[in-house]
Amino acid sequence: MTSFIEVQNAEMVFTTRKGRFHALREIHLTVAKGEFVTLIGHSGCGKSTLLNLIAGLTLPTSGVLICDNREIAAPGPERAVVFQNHSLLPWLTCFENVHLAVERVFGGSETKARLKERTAAALALVGMGHAMHKRPHEVSGGMKQRVGIARALAMEPKVLLMDEPFGALDALTRAHLQDELLKIVARTQSTVVMVTHDVDEAVLLSDRIVMMTNGPAATIGEILPVHLPRPRNRVELAEDHDYVHCRKQVLDFLYTRHGHVEKAA
Amino acid sequence: MVSAVFHSPLDAAAEAAAPRATPVAKPAAPLPAPAPVARAERPPREPFDWRELFMRVLPPVLGMALLIGVWALLTMNSTSFPSPAVTFDAAVKLFADPFYSKGPNDQGIGWNILFSLQRVAVGFGLAALVGIPLGFIIGRFEFFSRMFSPLISLLKPVSPLAWLPIGLLVFKAANPAAIWTIFICSIWPMVVNTAVGVQRVPQDYLNVARVLNLSEWKIITRILFPAVLPYMLTGVRLSVGTAWLVIVAAEMLTGGVGIGFWVWDEWNNLNVQHIIIAIFVIGIVGLLLEQMLMLVAKRFSFDD
Repeated sequence: MTSFIEVQNAEMVFTTRKGRFHALREIHLTVAKGEFVTLIGHSGCGKSTLLNLIAGLTLPTSGVLICDNREIAAPGPERAVVFQNHSLLPWLTCFENVHLAVERVFGGSETKARLKERTAAALALVGMGHAMHKRPHEVSGGMKQRVGIARALAMEPKVLLMDEPFGALDALTRAHLQDELLKIVARTQSTVVMVTHDVDEAVLLSDRIVMMTNGPAATIGEILPVHLPRPRNRVELAEDHDYVHCRKQVLDFLYTRHGHVEKAA
Repeated sequence: MVSAVFHSPLDAAAEAAAPRATPVAKPAAPLPAPAPVARAERPPREPFDWRELFMRVLPPVLGMALLIGVWALLTMNSTSFPSPAVTFDAAVKLFADPFYSKGPNDQGIGWNILFSLQRVAVGFGLAALVGIPLGFIIGRFEFFSRMFSPLISLLKPVSPLAWLPIGLLVFKAANPAAIWTIFICSIWPMVVNTAVGVQRVPQDYLNVARVLNLSEWKIITRILFPAVLPYMLTGVRLSVGTAWLVIVAAEMLTGGVGIGFWVWDEWNNLNVQHIIIAIFVIGIVGLLLEQMLMLVAKRFSFDD
């Protein structure tokens, strides 16, 4: 396995009105092609910041990030992002939202009919084929998030970056979309980096779980490989020894060793 | 308030239908499912809401009656100030032939209104042509924002009529001067609101644009313009209101044909009932302009 994404000694310092805020320090991380990695940690630990660095939405204060042997200097469609709050454009239909992305990536080389096919295929993949001509406010939160995923997948990205994609959904919808995501990723062999605060979600989906220490100046505390065979079934795994063990280790890291101390900031 | 009353059952039905569609398999017949929802909601809607109608019609009618009543009471024994009845008679006569024309200084009220509206349209149109792009530039580029902000703050509070002599000096004619006054007064709300709208475009949408690596043209047409449109329309609405306020004053000073000039002319004739009619006409036209733009704004507002 060769490294596909490489983060070398990344530091992130934000300059705010209140002064300098050291968000991330000494981040070293490699992600292999086709690997599913989740970033987990308490809120404010900089996991979203790290994802934004990989996306290129923010640039590190120092250090280097590399994706597919090229330095990450700006965002681009080869690193598609699924945003936490879906970020669909409310004045476009679900179809148009996805088409905007498809048009950008494939518009130069493919016919219009083919672009429409791609858009429809991406929406069908996430089970949104029936509602593609509705506007985002006409569909439920789970459906919006599906369209957000469809938009990202339609670009055929090298890396899929997901920032707590299911955080705002109810537990049942979340479980359903996790299962869908597992199937889609198995089919497309995508490389995925996902931010989450849900231990079960991390263990169920990941090949490796990157556990982050508490901020400020957060860093990677530990990386836990999850050697559970795929395809994974959440019901069967509930009593699986390895699954329970992984879960315990993550919980142990988050609550015993790096319990979130509510300091008077 | 009205929309809240009429929309809520629809929203509730949509929300009831949405979760059903997500987790359950699709083949479950879509037709029979919504039917019971609709039937369950019909009974409470069946009896006609008399109270609602009552509340919507009675208070405005009472308000109007109060105005006319006080006016009638105060003018009961007055000889100089016309009573509502006299004014109404004059209005009937006036609107019987709104489009006569007996020379430049004696034209029907219809012509006067149309001439005023035309001036407003030209002045306001020019202001929109300049103000909206300027607002975009100020909103998008920090440099221009800092460059123009002091100028706008300085010029915005200036009374419209202070601009009129400048217009007369530059254009040497009454009509362009009036249009110039409209232009300079109605441009500020559009510039400011458009700029604020551009600055408030949610960062999420701009992040989407960055990740998709959209061209500047696509960013403007697909993200900035639709996101800014509601703000822009607020600016337009304020501008039209200002323009209609200003035109009356400007026309009083410049003369010609127009509702403002007409008011002044009728004052010189001591025809007070016509002045009162003009006040109502100006109010109603302003109200219609406002309502028209509200409709447009509603059409283009997006609820997320």
